[in-house]
Amino acid sequence: MKAAIANYAAVAAGSALGAMARYLVSLWLLAAPGGLPWGTLSVNLLGSIAIGLIAALSAGRWPLSSRMQLFLIGGICGGFTTFSIFSLEVLTLAGTGALGMALLYIGLSVSLWLAGAWLGTSAGAWLNRRPDR
Amino acid sequence: MDVHPLIWVGAGGALGGVLRVLLTAVVTARWGAVFPWGTLVVNLSGALLLGLLAGVWGLDVLLLQGPTASWWLLAVGVLGSYTTVSSFSLQTLTLLRGAAPWRGYLNIAASLLGCLMAVSLGLIVGRLVAGGSL
Repeated sequence: MKAAIANYAAVAAGSALGAMARYLVSLWLLAAPGGLPWGTLSVNLLGSIAIGLIAALSAGRWPLSSRMQLFLIGGICGGFTTFSIFSLEVLTLAGTGALGMALLYIGLSVSLWLAGAWLGTSAGAWLNRRPDR
Repeated sequence: MDVHPLIWVGAGGALGGVLRVLLTAVVTARWGAVFPWGTLVVNLSGALLLGLLAGVWGLDVLLLQGPTASWWLLAVGVLGSYTTVSSFSLQTLTLLRGAAPWRGYLNIAASLLGCLMAVSLGLIVGRLVAGGSL
């Protein structure tokens, strides 16, 4: 019971940090040109790279406790990335008549998310293979 | 009292993350982990609720006048953190690389189409509830 509460506290702390970082990135990229929601695109790409890297490393040379995994993956990566706001942004783009932009945003997002996860796991696997110094 | 949006987002984010992990565990215990049902259920329900909030509160008003404290707390904080792309990406990549890649394509299609339909449905219902026009 105590362990379960500590696990959920780890998720809560990580998610709070992830969500606040997402807010800051979105604020920072709010005025970026091009008409695409660059903030959400960036956090979702970075979060996909991070989860791939952490998952690969924790399965290899840097084993993490399950609580640390909950903090980093379920908490920080989960709170940082967002599917709901992405969906609302697509709808907003399509609703304002920018159907092409909406489709571009969808295509760019899904490709970058998957490429990010691939990049993260590949980088993690490469680090795992490097001999210890 | 003027509370910085960062505080609202952080507090909501903590709650949303805990709800996501809880619900994912419940769904995975029931339906297994061959297909990432947990993440799909979380993202679909989160998109529906976000559409509902945007419909009730008026998306155009929010865009025009700037977000309110409740939008920072519930939309950007709770629902933003409740839904996730990172898990979706890693799970989809794992499926695409596995013995049954069609499950990966199915997850992409179901998540994208499902969430877009969910957020639209939420927006329509929210606007009807708020008594405005579609």
